[in-house]
Amino acid sequence: MEDKNKSSRRKFLDKGLKLGIVSAIGGLGLSKITSKLNATNDDSSGEKMELMTTDGTLIQVDSSEVLEIEHPADNDKKYNVREGMPNRKFVMVVDLARCKNALKCQSACNKHHYITGDNAWIKIYKMQESKDTAPYFMPTTCQHCDHPPCVTVCPVDATFKRRDGLVLIDNERCIGCRFCMAACPYSTRVFNWSEPDQGEITLNMDMYQHEYLSPEYAGMPSLKGTVDKCDFCPHFVKNNELPKCVEVCPNNVFYFGDKYEDTVSNSDEIVRLSELLEERAGYRLMEGLGTEPSVYYLPPKDRWVDFEEALKNYKEFESVEKPE
Amino acid sequence: MENHKTLIYDLAPRKFGKRGVIWTLFLVVIIIAGIVAYIDQLIKGQEVTNMRDYALWGIYISNFVFFVATSFVGTVTVAILRLTNNSWRTPLVRIAEIISVAAIIMAGITIMIDMARPDRLLNLFIHARLQSPITWDVVIIPTYIVISLLLLYFPLLPDFAILKKHFKKTKPKLSKWYGKLSLNWKGSVAQKTIQTKSIKIIAIMIIPVGILLQTIDAWLFSTTYRTGWDSTNFAPYFISGAFVAGIGALVTVIYVVRRVKKLEHYITDYHFDKLGKLLVLALLLYFYFNINEYLIPSFTAKKDESVHLNTLFTGSYATLFWFVTIVGLIIPIIVLLFKKGRKPYPMFFIGLIVVIGSWWKRFVIVTPTLLHPFLPIQGVPESWRHYFPSLHEWLITIATLAMALLIITILVRYLPVIPIQRTYEEQELLKTDKTIET
Repeated sequence: MEDKNKSSRRKFLDKGLKLGIVSAIGGLGLSKITSKLNATNDDSSGEKMELMTTDGTLIQVDSSEVLEIEHPADNDKKYNVREGMPNRKFVMVVDLARCKNALKCQSACNKHHYITGDNAWIKIYKMQESKDTAPYFMPTTCQHCDHPPCVTVCPVDATFKRRDGLVLIDNERCIGCRFCMAACPYSTRVFNWSEPDQGEITLNMDMYQHEYLSPEYAGMPSLKGTVDKCDFCPHFVKNNELPKCVEVCPNNVFYFGDKYEDTVSNSDEIVRLSELLEERAGYRLMEGLGTEPSVYYLPPKDRWVDFEEALKNYKEFESVEKPE
Repeated sequence: MENHKTLIYDLAPRKFGKRGVIWTLFLVVIIIAGIVAYIDQLIKGQEVTNMRDYALWGIYISNFVFFVATSFVGTVTVAILRLTNNSWRTPLVRIAEIISVAAIIMAGITIMIDMARPDRLLNLFIHARLQSPITWDVVIIPTYIVISLLLLYFPLLPDFAILKKHFKKTKPKLSKWYGKLSLNWKGSVAQKTIQTKSIKIIAIMIIPVGILLQTIDAWLFSTTYRTGWDSTNFAPYFISGAFVAGIGALVTVIYVVRRVKKLEHYITDYHFDKLGKLLVLALLLYFYFNINEYLIPSFTAKKDESVHLNTLFTGSYATLFWFVTIVGLIIPIIVLLFKKGRKPYPMFFIGLIVVIGSWWKRFVIVTPTLLHPFLPIQGVPESWRHYFPSLHEWLITIATLAMALLIITILVRYLPVIPIQRTYEEQELLKTDKTIET
């Protein structure tokens, strides 16, 4: 037994030694190769040149290493769809006290995003937490979470989170596994179960194809077998306009703005985000899940409208109006 | 040597009889119907299914989970029985390995059927993101396919050599194939050591990989917030469920193969008794995790949780839920606890209902949860609040099941379902033991 142990230990040592030698030789070889690669210009001229980098620092380089290159097209101006608009952080505030279930946000959103399915991106929920508490109407958009569960589970990076807070979908990449829909606790995502019949719009689009085929362009085009959802209207926001739902709401339910600037506005007024949230006891949906949504809600206190009255507009089974 | 000859004669693959041919044709017809339905789904989109934005996964996914679960049988019988030195496994392992291979291959195919854009399959590799449980699945399923195939193949080598010899005169073409597959097996000491070592490595490897496979499958669900899926109990629950589904399938297939191939002499009541004990162990384990999964949440009865559980206990899924629990779980436990219940004939029926119960069990796990999201289902057509598979979904799903059975059928046709060489060696060993004793 003892003997066996010894011999196996010896074997182990032997193997370890061999492995060590091999890796040492390998390492030596590697360093040789890299040093060779690095020193392609052994014959340095000794002349130094002073240059300025694109961000303004001065550097000194051996003149033999300086190569002329093509002027970059517009490197620093180039806009990256996946990075978003620099130095912005978009947020939305929804004032539940003002919502009269007018449904204008929904129909405007449907129209401007060319939604042809049965499930709108904006939903106005009839809510009541329990029998003893007050019922109210609650519009929901995509919550554009800072910890988006949908982005975590996407296997191909088709849905992504940008620095400016937006969660968008690259419909050209989505494989249609619908895991993101299962992961989203807000049920905000809709799926193109069939060829989306966007009609004339798709025809028009062909003319502007290069501009429209981007995750930023309002779900345009919707593609069969991929996921869509509210995108905070980046195509309007880019031009300093408000998202459609914010703009059209007759009751000024929605505010939209920039968290870094601490301001949000509806189509009538501009207010301080932090003050608004503090004064009106703002909250977010399902805070306990830790998703950190970018959409804040103001509780439905002192409501502008009687719930029963608003109920007249309520359609339980329809969110996208179908042309007759 | 006489013994060896009868063994080969008994165990060598034989041509199908009439029943075998009809059975194969029957499977092929079902598969063709499924392929037609799938092509239609490709053209029209997943609109042809009854899945919608709320019931966003349906039987494609539950069927996938069923296949993954069934493929666990290879891990359990081959590897675990091997490690625990249970020698009664010998005549059963090959069939278990065959089921395992068929099930895991079909799992890989089924998950692709659920993908709405199979044309973008390569994105899973080009743009792979490691934190997505789907990527984990993309890694683990091919791994398990390879390991299962090797576990089937390595022990077959000596048998292929035997078959090559056996068919040399009667079927030279077939013999040639067996010869190629036997990789020049001569049974030399060197070959035997390599083979034993390889089998040992694979048999040990398949245990963690098999457990991981089931775990990742459970994580596909428990990494979401959904009530009914968001459970730390899910991975062991799935592993024990896979244990049940796998052994259930093994019992059923073994009974049929034994009857058709007249192997009563090799797979005896003793083996069924042992298998029955293993199955009841699996069922009891699964029962335990079911209690954890359903009874404990109903104790605290959180609001979302009780809504979910009520649909299962008394609501729209009650019939299915109680079917899978009572018929698929409790009755088999009771029957198998009796020695008479572990005879081949009753075992066949128990195995069958366990498999059927396992299939519907996955349906009960996947669908009801999706129909109870955190925010109420509003603003969508009424039909979106329910889910029952469409004709397309049924045709395609049944075709995947038929494909699994076809793979099993073909392998059973061309491979010796009971290891010839091993059985011979074990019988010889028994004989010498006896001669020493006497």
